[in-house]
Amino acid sequence: MCGIAGLIHREKSSDVGGELTSMLQALKHRGPDSTGFALYGKPSNSECVMRFKLAEQEDLKKGFQIHDDVKERQAEVDRRMEEMGVRLTKKEVVTEYACRYRFTFDGEMKRLADYLEDVEDVEILSIGHGLELIKDLGDANTVSAQYDLSGFEGTHAIGHTRMATESDVDIRSAHPYWAYPFNDISVVHNGQLTNYWSFRREMERRGHRFVSNCDSELIAVYIADRIDQGDDLEAAMERSIEELDGVFTYVVATEDKLGMAKDVMAAKPMVLYESDEFVALASEEVAIRSIFPHEIDTYDPYEGEVRVWQR
Amino acid sequence: MAKIDSRPSEMGMRTEQLTGRTQEVFFSVEESANLTYPWASDVDFEKHTKIDAQDGSASEINQRIRTLMEEGYGSISILNPGAKHSLGVGILSRLSLRFEGSLGYFGCGLLDGPNVVVTGRVGWSCAENMMAGTVVIEKNAGSTFGAAIRGGDLVCRGDVGSRTGINQKGGTIIVGGRTGAFSGFMMQRGRMVILGDAGKNLGDSMYDGTIYVGGKIADLGVDAVEGDLTEFDCEWLKRKLNLYGMEVSNGVENMTKIVSGKQLWNYDNLEPSEKKLVL
Repeated sequence: MCGIAGLIHREKSSDVGGELTSMLQALKHRGPDSTGFALYGKPSNSECVMRFKLAEQEDLKKGFQIHDDVKERQAEVDRRMEEMGVRLTKKEVVTEYACRYRFTFDGEMKRLADYLEDVEDVEILSIGHGLELIKDLGDANTVSAQYDLSGFEGTHAIGHTRMATESDVDIRSAHPYWAYPFNDISVVHNGQLTNYWSFRREMERRGHRFVSNCDSELIAVYIADRIDQGDDLEAAMERSIEELDGVFTYVVATEDKLGMAKDVMAAKPMVLYESDEFVALASEEVAIRSIFPHEIDTYDPYEGEVRVWQR
Repeated sequence: MAKIDSRPSEMGMRTEQLTGRTQEVFFSVEESANLTYPWASDVDFEKHTKIDAQDGSASEINQRIRTLMEEGYGSISILNPGAKHSLGVGILSRLSLRFEGSLGYFGCGLLDGPNVVVTGRVGWSCAENMMAGTVVIEKNAGSTFGAAIRGGDLVCRGDVGSRTGINQKGGTIIVGGRTGAFSGFMMQRGRMVILGDAGKNLGDSMYDGTIYVGGKIADLGVDAVEGDLTEFDCEWLKRKLNLYGMEVSNGVENMTKIVSGKQLWNYDNLEPSEKKLVL
């Protein structure tokens, strides 16, 4: 089933970490397997933020050697970053298997990302000037507390509560998906893509990499590919309605925008609240109500509808 | 049980034999017979109370409504429903129920007699399988609004999502604004009134029933065709809309009437060339 949510403040920054935690916790019944956040903080032109994991959470339960392995993997990441000329400004080990690095880098980002992911079991969750992508097993409150997300100051965010149906219960298959290796693009999705494999093969032929077998990852890659080819976000999303087959509602975020798209069958839910200062959207109104307890006017977007908001 | 044997055949249905206690009012020509039941519980509509739903679960709130009805309360207001799911379901008796706010999914499902007002919005599948009574939504509604309703009046003053009245089997659905795609999908009986625009595939695969549209129709679904709007239709529309203080901007005389082409009924008996024409 899965639950998706997003929000954007148009004129200010806010505690988007806390707000999205509330929204996703209200959607827990739609998917308790894992929860993911894509949070957009104050963007820095010079600095990048990278979130990456060194192992799956469940790997840590498999013997004693894994703890040493994780440390070695991190050391190897550090060594490779230094070798590539990355200037690290801040290093945080958020959990034993998940890290957050701030750095400056003048080289080619894809080359760096490829080189770091070449380290065994290392997966980059996101790189961006504003985007920070966090996902782990458990409900929103659990993940938010684990990664200290409440109080995260930013302008917009998207998130996902996952009911695993077509791939495993692990961090790799959890949403959101970052559009590797494109900065600051993330996607959450509710639905099924029926032309996933044929489209994935086409994307792979064009040089894109996939880390999971989850159909939702295709949307992130597709959108990034279209933007890379010159489409703006709205045009890329409009095109996705035509080209992606299946039933879906998805939410995408870039450094300064939030968008949603619904397939022509409108078989997956989405509720919208929109004001001059703020936009919130979610699979169920109860998620929006978790941050707006008073009465508000909401509505359902229609079949084939694409909406984009700028912060 | 009223004798209804002849009605299906008069409507063109061949084999359906309707049974069940609510079936006798499905085809009643008396409008009021579709709203209440003579065997409804004896509640006092002058006896009013309020429930604050802020902290209760759906089942706790629904159970509280039942208890109050057993105590004779005929008029109940629910404060702070907070878009919770499945509120106000399974009420099988007369009751004046008012939600001061919005409901989530599956609100007011399986009703058989009450008169419900929701001052806010409702999520997907509002009033699913309603047998009788009235449900009036003051703002917007989500998709599958009035799925498989069998009787009563279901009204939304705002816009409604896709698949409105999917599998509708009786009663009346009125939409003040627009509806999404596949509204009236597999409709079997009853009436749907859309004062605004209708989305794609309106009335797709409908068996029977009537859809009236005041605005534009994106396109018609398979086997849905335009019918002749008669004086009887106009009179009925005026009377029905007047009940809820609603009107069509262009006048009911200019509404478009959509009915079943009734080709799919006999689909298996059609020649291949005829099947192509149907689809």
